[in-house]
Amino acid sequence: MPTFVYMTRCDGCGHCVDICPSDIMHIDKTYRRAYNIEPSMCWECYACVKACPQNAIDVRGYADFAPLGHSVRVIRDEEKGTIAWKIKYRNGTEKNFLSPITTKPWGTAIPKLADVPPPSKEMRDSQLLYNEPKWIRMDDGDLRTLQSAGLRLKKGVYY
Amino acid sequence: MAYKTIVEDKIDILVVGSGLGGSGAAWEARFWGQNKKIVIAEKANIDRSGAVAQGLYAINCYMGTRWGENNPEDHVRYARIDLMGLVREDLLFDMARHVDSTVHQFEEWGLPIMRDPKTGRYLREGRWQIMIHGESYKPIVAEAAKKSADKVFNRICVTHLLMDDSRENRVAGAVGFNVRTGNYHVFKSKTVICGAGGASNIFKPRSVGEGSGRTWYAPWSSASAYGLMIEAGAKMTQMENRIVLARFKDGYGPVGAYFLHLKTYTQNCLGEEYESKWFPELQKMVGKEYLDPEASHLTHRPIPTCLRNHCIISEVNAGRGPIYMVTMKAFQDPHLEEVGWENFLGMTIGQAVLWAATDVDPKNENPELTTSEPYVMGSHATCSGAWCSGPEDVSPPEYFWGYNRMTTIEGLFGAGDAVGGTPHAFSSGSFTEGRLAAKAACKYIDDGKGEGIVVSDEQINRRKREIYKPLEHYKIYRNEIVAGDVNPHYINPKQGLDRLQKLMDEYCGGVTVSYMTNEKLLNIALKKLRVMEEDLESLAAKDVHELLRAWELRHRHRAAECVTQHTLFRKETRWPGYYYRGDAMRVDDENWHVLTVSRRDPKTGEYTMEKAPCYHLVSENE
Repeated sequence: MPTFVYMTRCDGCGHCVDICPSDIMHIDKTYRRAYNIEPSMCWECYACVKACPQNAIDVRGYADFAPLGHSVRVIRDEEKGTIAWKIKYRNGTEKNFLSPITTKPWGTAIPKLADVPPPSKEMRDSQLLYNEPKWIRMDDGDLRTLQSAGLRLKKGVYY
Repeated sequence: MAYKTIVEDKIDILVVGSGLGGSGAAWEARFWGQNKKIVIAEKANIDRSGAVAQGLYAINCYMGTRWGENNPEDHVRYARIDLMGLVREDLLFDMARHVDSTVHQFEEWGLPIMRDPKTGRYLREGRWQIMIHGESYKPIVAEAAKKSADKVFNRICVTHLLMDDSRENRVAGAVGFNVRTGNYHVFKSKTVICGAGGASNIFKPRSVGEGSGRTWYAPWSSASAYGLMIEAGAKMTQMENRIVLARFKDGYGPVGAYFLHLKTYTQNCLGEEYESKWFPELQKMVGKEYLDPEASHLTHRPIPTCLRNHCIISEVNAGRGPIYMVTMKAFQDPHLEEVGWENFLGMTIGQAVLWAATDVDPKNENPELTTSEPYVMGSHATCSGAWCSGPEDVSPPEYFWGYNRMTTIEGLFGAGDAVGGTPHAFSSGSFTEGRLAAKAACKYIDDGKGEGIVVSDEQINRRKREIYKPLEHYKIYRNEIVAGDVNPHYINPKQGLDRLQKLMDEYCGGVTVSYMTNEKLLNIALKKLRVMEEDLESLAAKDVHELLRAWELRHRHRAAECVTQHTLFRKETRWPGYYYRGDAMRVDDENWHVLTVSRRDPKTGEYTMEKAPCYHLVSENE
């Protein structure tokens, strides 16, 4: 019912509650475990499935068009920087896929802009953004302007 | 009331909604305002929020000027023809000239961008699209936003913008509530950058039950970009330009990589190519300027997305459905098969679930395509959003009022879906728009434009009462009935959403009427929306989660009203395949080669409609 939670695996840690973009993974007050409170607002985005440390969350395709007997399982490994998928068909066919999710250790390659040298007045008055113009073409090329492109704005129907 | 009021004061830049647009704004703002207070208010958790929460398998807007692939003006020409001539070319040019620096930064941050082993360049899916392993696209971008922001408030549903009480039409922050604790949050800020999302679920979906969550655009894209800005009195543009998507049936899996990279193609139930036979008749409707198959064949000029939809809709209505995507050829190549699957797993996992459930293996069988219900947004092949100022070195006087990406409300900026007239920005372009807005917002503050803002307690308390009213209403009337949800005094958010979707579908050109509407139908829609607005005063929420749904519904309702007003105003069928005005079935360039601009008066609720000139920057041919 898009996502659902296995009773014996869930320990009620709440990682899924914390990450769900739709605010539909909640903790059941009686069982102290998570469940999907609003399946018709579930996008099958797998954010909760990927976040669950117990692999307790799975997806059963939308009842109005998906027959039973399938599964799409995933393991996302931030340390290895990979995501592994296993698809099982209703007829038993299996497919496996593995992809990278990042090329750098988490968070290390992003600078803190509070610590970089502040922009000059000249840069403030220009049309440039941070790291430009260098990062536009990775060479000495400058920002495109109407003049450099030889363009002029014309009003009306015809170009 | 048991809920606390939490005030965050002296903010310089408040980012409302931190998807790709908002994250770009928060990130860049720190560079231009190193001592400024930057705060993010986000409805979900920014690690997985917005349209890219699930991941993306392609970046659909990348020029490649470093390799001489395209120039910004080429992209303007492409987006313009795809939108049937009507876009803000100044904003598009501006976005396109900066977007590559955004993408290069993403790669630096660790986003895996595929490269062509022969050339060393980014691997192209199409002329504008590059392929990525983007499962963690959003977590990576969120990391950048978090590094720049002073504070991130997750799980805050922003319901209203705050306005300056000392000066008309100037923004002063925003208010909302925490969807977990229920606490009332007040953000007082000199500027607001609206990075909230466009609209899924304002038209009745094709699915009838659980599957209505498998929308093309995320179900949490609740039209808040529009609800917040329209309500505050910002001018909006091209709101009639809703989009319909041709996608794999039911799962709405993307087709871009299939068409462009895997070279799959479509056919009708008889195995025939069907598209070209609809072109002569369609050309009579839209004119040769917009549909010229020979010119498209000879050059890179695309057939507009809406017109390709029109061919699918017409073929199905002629009794030759379903439409199939021919995958069986391409999928015999194991590498292409892998690309096809990873494309889904990276951004539309539900489609993989569906194929596994229905035993559809595209290697052995061609899957069905269909056209979706309409969506309202501003960064795909459509450009609804706020009427914003362009950059000073490009924009003509009608398009420029001091600060790039500032709406017609002083201090209120937009990025992503919030900005009108800029289609085909996608993820990278939305992030870039956020960066542009952030620089301009810092300049606005440095110019002293945010001084002397007054927010009265009266305004703060009035909004608070409004926000919690559905909870109060529930408490008062709940015990009048034994049990259940049927109550003569209130409707719940789901019941309200059903009503909105049904009326928009039937009267404003949804899927059950084959996207057809006319003046009479639109006037009925407006009447029903007005009555519905009265009933929204009787909305009931049994808990804080339902209160979230209640406010999402209000934003959707306001956006739907604006869409209907615009659709009524534009007396032509500009985008056949997105919607049809049955009483004006042609493109009418003489009267309607203009951008439509609306403003809703916050005091009276009345709309004023006007035509704004459409300026062109580039010639038709390269």
